[in-house]
Amino acid sequence: MNQQRRNIMRITSVLGAAFAAGLLKPADVFAAEWSQKVFDAKSLEAAVKELGGDKFTVSQDVTITGPDIAENGAVVPVSISSRAPNTDFMAILVEKNPSAMSASFNIPAGTEPAVTTRVKMGATSNVHALVRADGKWLVASKEIKVTLGGCGG
Amino acid sequence: MADPMRIRASITGDTAEVKVLMRHDMETGQRKDAGGKTIPAHFIKTLVAKVNDKVVLDANFGPSVSKDPFLSFKVKGAVKGDKVSVTWVDNAGETRTDESTIS
Repeated sequence: MNQQRRNIMRITSVLGAAFAAGLLKPADVFAAEWSQKVFDAKSLEAAVKELGGDKFTVSQDVTITGPDIAENGAVVPVSISSRAPNTDFMAILVEKNPSAMSASFNIPAGTEPAVTTRVKMGATSNVHALVRADGKWLVASKEIKVTLGGCGG
Repeated sequence: MADPMRIRASITGDTAEVKVLMRHDMETGQRKDAGGKTIPAHFIKTLVAKVNDKVVLDANFGPSVSKDPFLSFKVKGAVKGDKVSVTWVDNAGETRTDESTIS
């Protein structure tokens, strides 16, 4: 435990020194602050609200792909992409997880609005792709069934 | 210290596809060990990817991202030989940065 603490202290102090020396500006390292409120949100609606939006629309411009049936809920591959112009933010939300928000991405100009990652799912649920484009919030959803018990099918 | 990431970046046309495989437990804080004690949450919170020092992706993760997170994304206008670097920071303050070259 102590060793771990020491490591953390060392890392923090090295980073601190780098910040102080002006080598690293905090804004360069973390452009988006991790918000507990966003990650505590229980639903898509609540998450959008915490992110500063008020309403969202279901859009054909947003695509979410993943398996129809996931045999292992611990590793569910999900891809999200957007054809909406000026997409600058994307997120993956799993409706029935203890907290809906799984991962969010800020997309600077030059990066294609398409990311793939793997998420955990507690149970069969709708999975949402949330996109902000031109200040509008767009959503696409897909139901992914999770098989527990390991028999597959 | 955390294990290194695997970063692979390859060019198709004018777009580089970057794939990152991190090594991290991504403990949710909801599981219990054999003795019934809750295993404390330990997960990557923020990730920043850069190509030649320009930020190309900036992500926030929650504990529901799978163990040993995988991430892939695409960057336009990158060329062979460009440097890709990925940095993550977890909720314990641990951090790790790895670099690769686009091929």
